[in-house]
Amino acid sequence: MSDGHGIELTELEKDALTEVVNIGVSRAAISLRKMIGEHVLLSVPSLEVLGRERAAALLVQQGGDQLVAVKQSFSGAFSGGALLIFPQARSLELARAVTGPEMTNDEVVEIEQEALAETGNVILNNCLATMANMLKRPLTMSIPHIVKGDGTNLLAQAGDDQDDGDAGLVLFLYISFSVRERDLQGYIAMMMNMSSLLALKELLGAFIAETMAEDF
Amino acid sequence: MSVNVLVVDDSKLARINAGKALRTLKPEWNKVEAGSAAEAIEILGHETIDVALIDFNMADRDGLSLAAELRQLHPAMPIAIITANIQDEIIARAREINASFVAKPLTAEGLQGFLSGAALRLRSAG
Repeated sequence: MSDGHGIELTELEKDALTEVVNIGVSRAAISLRKMIGEHVLLSVPSLEVLGRERAAALLVQQGGDQLVAVKQSFSGAFSGGALLIFPQARSLELARAVTGPEMTNDEVVEIEQEALAETGNVILNNCLATMANMLKRPLTMSIPHIVKGDGTNLLAQAGDDQDDGDAGLVLFLYISFSVRERDLQGYIAMMMNMSSLLALKELLGAFIAETMAEDF
Repeated sequence: MSVNVLVVDDSKLARINAGKALRTLKPEWNKVEAGSAAEAIEILGHETIDVALIDFNMADRDGLSLAAELRQLHPAMPIAIITANIQDEIIARAREINASFVAKPLTAEGLQGFLSGAALRLRSAG
Protein backbone atom coordinates (compact mmCIF):
# COMPACT_ATOMS: atom_id res chain seq x y z
CA MET A 1 0.00 0.00 0.00
CA SER A 2 3.04 2.29 0.24
CA ASP A 3 3.63 4.76 -2.57
CA GLY A 4 7.25 3.81 -2.84
CA HIS A 5 8.48 5.85 0.09
CA GLY A 6 10.72 3.03 1.14
CA ILE A 7 9.15 2.20 4.48
CA GLU A 8 7.07 -0.86 4.30
CA LEU A 9 6.08 -3.34 6.93
CA THR A 10 6.70 -6.99 6.16
CA GLU A 11 3.80 -9.42 6.47
CA LEU A 12 5.13 -10.60 9.82
CA GLU A 13 5.47 -7.02 11.09
CA LYS A 14 1.92 -6.25 9.98
CA ASP A 15 0.80 -9.37 11.74
CA ALA A 16 2.60 -8.35 14.94
CA LEU A 17 1.21 -4.82 14.79
CA THR A 18 -2.33 -6.15 14.28
CA GLU A 19 -1.80 -8.38 17.31
CA VAL A 20 -0.52 -5.51 19.49
CA VAL A 21 -3.39 -3.25 18.39
CA ASN A 22 -5.89 -6.06 18.93
CA ILE A 23 -4.79 -6.57 22.51
CA GLY A 24 -4.78 -2.80 23.16
CA VAL A 25 -8.25 -2.38 21.73
CA SER A 26 -9.58 -5.42 23.57
CA ARG A 27 -8.40 -3.90 26.83
CA ALA A 28 -10.17 -0.68 25.82
CA ALA A 29 -13.35 -2.60 24.98
CA ILE A 30 -13.33 -4.22 28.44
CA SER A 31 -13.23 -0.71 29.91
CA LEU A 32 -16.09 0.49 27.72
CA ARG A 33 -18.08 -2.55 28.71
CA LYS A 34 -17.52 -1.69 32.37
CA MET A 35 -18.62 1.90 31.75
CA ILE A 36 -21.87 1.10 29.94
CA GLY A 37 -22.63 -2.41 31.16
CA GLU A 38 -23.27 -3.86 27.69
CA HIS A 39 -21.37 -6.17 25.41
CA VAL A 40 -18.99 -4.39 23.02
CA LEU A 41 -18.22 -5.97 19.63
CA LEU A 42 -14.92 -5.25 17.89
CA SER A 43 -13.83 -5.56 14.29
CA VAL A 44 -10.42 -6.81 13.21
CA PRO A 45 -8.02 -3.85 13.00
CA SER A 46 -7.16 -2.71 9.52
CA LEU A 47 -3.88 -0.98 8.87
CA GLU A 48 -2.75 0.86 5.80
CA VAL A 49 -0.17 3.35 4.68
CA LEU A 50 -2.05 6.00 2.76
CA GLY A 51 -2.48 9.75 2.22
CA ARG A 52 -4.38 11.85 4.73
CA GLU A 53 -7.18 12.56 2.23
CA ARG A 54 -7.79 8.86 1.68
CA ALA A 55 -7.80 8.24 5.41
CA ALA A 56 -10.34 11.04 5.83
CA ALA A 57 -12.48 9.60 3.04
CA LEU A 58 -12.39 6.21 4.76
CA LEU A 59 -13.78 7.71 7.95
CA VAL A 60 -16.62 9.42 6.10
CA GLN A 61 -17.38 6.25 4.19
CA GLN A 62 -17.77 4.36 7.47
CA GLY A 63 -19.37 6.95 9.72
CA GLY A 64 -20.83 9.76 7.62
CA ASP A 65 -19.66 13.37 7.52
CA GLN A 66 -21.12 14.55 10.83
CA LEU A 67 -18.64 13.08 13.24
CA VAL A 68 -17.50 13.82 16.74
CA ALA A 69 -14.20 12.56 18.09
CA VAL A 70 -12.20 12.54 21.26
CA LYS A 71 -8.62 13.10 20.24
CA GLN A 72 -5.44 12.46 22.15
CA SER A 73 -1.96 12.85 20.80
CA PHE A 74 0.81 10.58 21.98
CA SER A 75 4.56 10.90 21.81
CA GLY A 76 7.56 8.76 22.61
CA ALA A 77 9.51 6.30 20.48
CA PHE A 78 6.66 6.76 18.01
CA SER A 79 4.20 9.64 17.93
CA GLY A 80 0.84 10.40 16.45
CA GLY A 81 -2.81 10.93 17.15
CA ALA A 82 -5.48 8.58 18.45
CA LEU A 83 -9.19 9.18 18.04
CA LEU A 84 -12.39 7.72 19.38
CA ILE A 85 -14.97 8.59 16.73
CA PHE A 86 -18.79 8.57 16.72
CA PRO A 87 -21.52 9.87 14.47
CA GLN A 88 -22.61 13.19 16.07
CA ALA A 89 -26.20 11.98 16.16
CA ARG A 90 -25.26 9.22 18.60
CA SER A 91 -23.00 11.12 20.96
CA LEU A 92 -25.79 11.96 23.42
CA GLU A 93 -26.72 8.27 23.55
CA LEU A 94 -23.13 7.41 24.41
CA ALA A 95 -23.11 10.06 27.14
CA ARG A 96 -26.37 8.60 28.47
CA ALA A 97 -24.87 5.11 28.46
CA VAL A 98 -21.81 6.09 30.49
CA THR A 99 -23.60 8.37 32.98
CA GLY A 100 -26.13 5.74 34.01
CA PRO A 101 -29.90 5.65 34.39
CA GLU A 102 -30.14 7.89 37.46
CA MET A 103 -29.40 11.09 35.54
CA THR A 104 -32.16 13.18 33.96
CA ASN A 105 -32.08 14.14 30.29
CA ASP A 106 -31.07 17.72 31.10
CA GLU A 107 -28.25 16.52 33.32
CA VAL A 108 -26.96 14.24 30.56
CA VAL A 109 -27.07 17.10 28.03
CA GLU A 110 -25.15 19.28 30.47
CA ILE A 111 -22.43 16.73 31.06
CA GLU A 112 -22.30 15.37 27.48
CA GLN A 113 -18.98 16.93 26.42
CA GLU A 114 -17.22 15.97 29.62
CA ALA A 115 -18.63 12.47 29.52
CA LEU A 116 -17.34 12.02 25.96
CA ALA A 117 -13.92 13.40 26.84
CA GLU A 118 -13.56 11.11 29.84
CA THR A 119 -14.81 8.08 27.91
CA GLY A 120 -12.26 8.83 25.19
CA ASN A 121 -9.58 9.32 27.81
CA VAL A 122 -10.21 5.91 29.34
CA ILE A 123 -10.54 4.05 26.02
CA LEU A 124 -7.58 5.64 24.24
CA ASN A 125 -5.30 5.53 27.29
CA ASN A 126 -6.06 1.85 27.84
CA CYS A 127 -5.36 1.06 24.24
CA LEU A 128 -2.16 3.12 23.90
CA ALA A 129 -0.79 2.13 27.31
CA THR A 130 -1.25 -1.56 26.52
CA MET A 131 0.55 -1.09 23.19
CA ALA A 132 3.37 0.79 24.96
CA ASN A 133 3.74 -1.98 27.52
CA MET A 134 3.90 -4.64 24.83
CA LEU A 135 6.44 -2.73 22.76
CA LYS A 136 8.36 -1.77 25.91
CA ARG A 137 8.60 1.95 25.20
CA PRO A 138 6.84 4.59 27.30
CA LEU A 139 4.36 6.93 25.60
CA THR A 140 3.21 10.30 26.86
CA MET A 141 -0.46 11.02 26.29
CA SER A 142 -2.02 14.47 25.97
CA ILE A 143 -5.22 15.64 27.63
CA PRO A 144 -8.28 14.61 25.54
CA HIS A 145 -9.91 17.16 23.23
CA ILE A 146 -13.27 17.02 21.48
CA VAL A 147 -13.26 17.70 17.74
CA LYS A 148 -16.24 17.82 15.40
CA GLY A 149 -16.70 17.73 11.65
CA ASP A 150 -16.11 15.40 8.73
CA GLY A 151 -13.15 13.04 8.34
CA THR A 152 -10.87 15.77 6.97
CA ASN A 153 -11.57 18.02 9.97
CA LEU A 154 -10.86 15.26 12.45
CA LEU A 155 -7.65 14.05 10.87
CA ALA A 156 -6.31 17.54 10.20
CA GLN A 157 -6.77 18.29 13.86
CA ALA A 158 -5.31 14.95 14.82
CA GLY A 159 -2.10 15.59 12.94
CA ASP A 160 -1.62 19.29 13.62
CA ASP A 161 1.28 18.76 15.99
CA GLN A 162 3.38 16.66 13.65
CA ASP A 163 6.00 17.40 11.08
CA ASP A 164 4.70 16.96 7.60
CA GLY A 165 7.88 16.11 5.77
CA ASP A 166 6.45 12.87 4.45
CA ALA A 167 4.16 14.15 1.72
CA GLY A 168 1.14 13.55 3.94
CA LEU A 169 1.56 9.80 4.07
CA VAL A 170 0.43 8.20 7.30
CA LEU A 171 0.10 4.80 8.88
CA PHE A 172 -3.61 4.57 9.50
CA LEU A 173 -5.05 2.04 11.96
CA TYR A 174 -8.74 1.61 12.15
CA ILE A 175 -11.05 -0.52 14.29
CA SER A 176 -14.82 -0.31 14.47
CA PHE A 177 -16.85 -1.31 17.48
CA SER A 178 -20.52 -1.52 18.25
CA VAL A 179 -22.88 -1.92 21.16
CA ARG A 180 -25.96 -3.63 19.75
CA GLU A 181 -28.23 -3.10 22.76
CA ARG A 182 -27.82 0.64 22.41
CA ASP A 183 -27.49 0.93 18.65
CA LEU A 184 -24.09 2.57 19.15
CA GLN A 185 -21.30 2.37 16.63
CA GLY A 186 -17.93 3.97 16.75
CA TYR A 187 -14.37 3.75 15.61
CA ILE A 188 -10.94 3.90 17.13
CA ALA A 189 -8.41 5.34 14.72
CA MET A 190 -4.71 5.92 15.09
CA MET A 191 -2.49 7.87 12.80
CA MET A 192 1.30 8.03 12.71
CA ASN A 193 3.65 9.77 10.33
CA MET A 194 6.40 8.04 8.39
CA SER A 195 9.26 8.72 10.82
CA SER A 196 7.18 7.05 13.53
CA LEU A 197 6.54 4.13 11.23
CA LEU A 198 10.30 3.60 11.01
CA ALA A 199 10.64 3.55 14.81
CA LEU A 200 7.61 1.29 15.08
CA LYS A 201 9.10 -1.12 12.55
CA GLU A 202 12.16 -1.51 14.79
CA LEU A 203 10.09 -2.10 17.93
CA LEU A 204 7.96 -4.63 16.10
CA GLY A 205 11.16 -6.41 15.10
CA ALA A 206 12.18 -6.67 18.75
CA PHE A 207 8.67 -7.79 19.72
CA ILE A 208 8.72 -10.52 17.05
CA ALA A 209 12.22 -11.68 18.07
CA GLU A 210 11.14 -11.96 21.68
CA THR A 211 7.97 -13.84 20.79
CA MET A 212 10.00 -16.29 18.71
CA ALA A 213 12.55 -16.71 21.51
CA GLU A 214 9.81 -17.59 23.97
CA ASP A 215 8.59 -20.25 21.62
CA PHE A 216 11.76 -22.29 21.54
CA MET B 1 -13.94 9.07 63.58
CA SER B 2 -15.29 10.34 60.30
CA VAL B 3 -13.02 9.81 57.30
CA ASN B 4 -12.55 12.46 54.60
CA VAL B 5 -11.69 11.20 51.12
CA LEU B 6 -10.31 13.71 48.63
CA VAL B 7 -11.20 12.88 45.00
CA VAL B 8 -9.03 14.81 42.52
CA ASP B 9 -10.08 14.52 38.87
CA ASP B 10 -10.62 17.14 36.17
CA SER B 11 -13.53 15.14 34.79
CA LYS B 12 -16.89 15.52 36.48
CA LEU B 13 -18.00 12.14 35.16
CA ALA B 14 -14.98 10.50 36.76
CA ARG B 15 -15.71 12.25 40.08
CA ILE B 16 -19.31 11.00 39.92
CA ASN B 17 -18.04 7.45 39.32
CA ALA B 18 -15.63 7.71 42.21
CA GLY B 19 -18.49 8.94 44.39
CA LYS B 20 -20.64 5.95 43.41
CA ALA B 21 -17.89 3.47 44.22
CA LEU B 22 -17.19 5.19 47.55
CA ARG B 23 -20.87 5.19 48.52
CA THR B 24 -21.08 1.47 47.80
CA LEU B 25 -18.00 0.55 49.81
CA LYS B 26 -17.79 3.15 52.58
CA PRO B 27 -21.14 4.94 52.83
CA GLU B 28 -20.09 6.54 56.13
CA TRP B 29 -17.02 8.27 54.66
CA ASN B 30 -17.20 11.86 53.36
CA LYS B 31 -16.21 12.75 49.83
CA VAL B 32 -14.42 16.05 49.10
CA GLU B 33 -14.02 16.89 45.39
CA ALA B 34 -11.28 18.83 43.62
CA GLY B 35 -11.28 19.51 39.85
CA SER B 36 -7.55 20.18 39.63
CA ALA B 37 -4.26 19.74 41.50
CA ALA B 38 -4.33 23.43 42.49
CA GLU B 39 -7.80 23.08 43.97
CA ALA B 40 -6.67 19.97 45.85
CA ILE B 41 -3.74 21.88 47.42
CA GLU B 42 -6.11 24.66 48.43
CA ILE B 43 -8.50 22.18 50.08
CA LEU B 44 -5.63 20.50 51.91
CA GLY B 45 -4.78 23.87 53.40
CA HIS B 46 -8.02 24.16 55.33
CA GLU B 47 -9.47 20.65 55.63
CA THR B 48 -8.31 17.46 57.24
CA ILE B 49 -7.99 14.82 54.53
CA ASP B 50 -7.45 11.17 55.44
CA VAL B 51 -7.41 9.40 52.07
CA ALA B 52 -6.72 10.68 48.53
CA LEU B 53 -7.85 9.33 45.14
CA ILE B 54 -5.95 11.18 42.41
CA ASP B 55 -6.41 11.07 38.63
CA PHE B 56 -3.13 10.93 36.69
CA ASN B 57 -3.99 12.68 33.42
CA MET B 58 -4.94 16.27 34.34
CA ALA B 59 -4.38 19.46 32.40
CA ASP B 60 -2.55 21.80 34.76
CA ARG B 61 -0.44 19.33 36.68
CA ASP B 62 -0.40 15.54 36.59
CA GLY B 63 -1.60 13.43 39.49
CA LEU B 64 1.74 11.79 40.24
CA SER B 65 3.34 15.15 40.88
CA LEU B 66 0.47 16.13 43.17
CA ALA B 67 0.70 12.77 44.94
CA ALA B 68 4.44 13.22 45.49
CA GLU B 69 3.83 16.59 47.15
CA LEU B 70 1.05 15.10 49.25
CA ARG B 71 3.31 12.23 50.29
CA GLN B 72 5.91 14.69 51.65
CA LEU B 73 3.28 16.50 53.69
CA HIS B 74 1.55 13.32 54.86
CA PRO B 75 3.95 10.36 54.95
CA ALA B 76 1.30 7.89 56.10
CA MET B 77 -1.76 9.01 54.11
CA PRO B 78 -3.29 6.28 51.92
CA ILE B 79 -3.05 7.63 48.37
CA ALA B 80 -4.25 5.96 45.15
CA ILE B 81 -3.43 7.02 41.60
CA ILE B 82 -6.49 6.41 39.42
CA THR B 83 -5.83 6.15 35.71
CA ALA B 84 -6.57 4.33 32.47
CA ASN B 85 -2.92 4.86 31.60
CA ILE B 86 -1.84 1.40 32.70
CA GLN B 87 1.75 1.69 31.49
CA ASP B 88 4.39 -0.09 33.54
CA GLU B 89 6.24 3.22 34.04
CA ILE B 90 3.21 4.93 35.58
CA ILE B 91 2.62 2.01 37.95
CA ALA B 92 6.32 2.02 38.92
CA ARG B 93 6.26 5.78 39.58
CA ALA B 94 3.18 5.37 41.79
CA ARG B 95 4.98 2.67 43.78
CA GLU B 96 8.03 4.88 44.21
CA ILE B 97 6.00 7.39 46.18
CA ASN B 98 4.19 4.65 48.08
CA ALA B 99 0.88 5.24 46.32
CA SER B 100 -1.47 2.50 45.18
CA PHE B 101 -2.53 2.11 41.57
CA VAL B 102 -6.20 1.65 40.65
CA ALA B 103 -7.30 1.32 37.02
CA LYS B 104 -9.98 3.42 35.34
CA PRO B 105 -12.87 3.07 34.78
CA LEU B 106 -13.23 3.10 38.52
CA THR B 107 -15.56 0.46 39.94
CA ALA B 108 -16.39 -0.53 43.51
CA GLU B 109 -14.70 -3.85 42.79
CA GLY B 110 -11.51 -2.18 41.63
CA LEU B 111 -11.40 0.24 44.54
CA GLN B 112 -12.20 -2.29 47.24
CA GLY B 113 -8.66 -3.49 47.91
CA PHE B 114 -7.27 0.00 48.28
CA LEU B 115 -10.09 1.22 50.55
CA SER B 116 -9.92 -1.83 52.83
CA GLY B 117 -6.18 -1.32 53.20
CA ALA B 118 -6.71 2.39 53.83
CA ALA B 119 -9.34 1.69 56.52
CA LEU B 120 -6.95 -0.68 58.23
CA ARG B 121 -4.10 1.82 58.17
CA LEU B 122 -6.32 4.59 59.53
CA ARG B 123 -7.59 2.40 62.34
CA SER B 124 -4.13 1.30 63.42
CA ALA B 125 -2.83 4.88 63.23
CA GLY B 126 -5.77 6.47 65.02
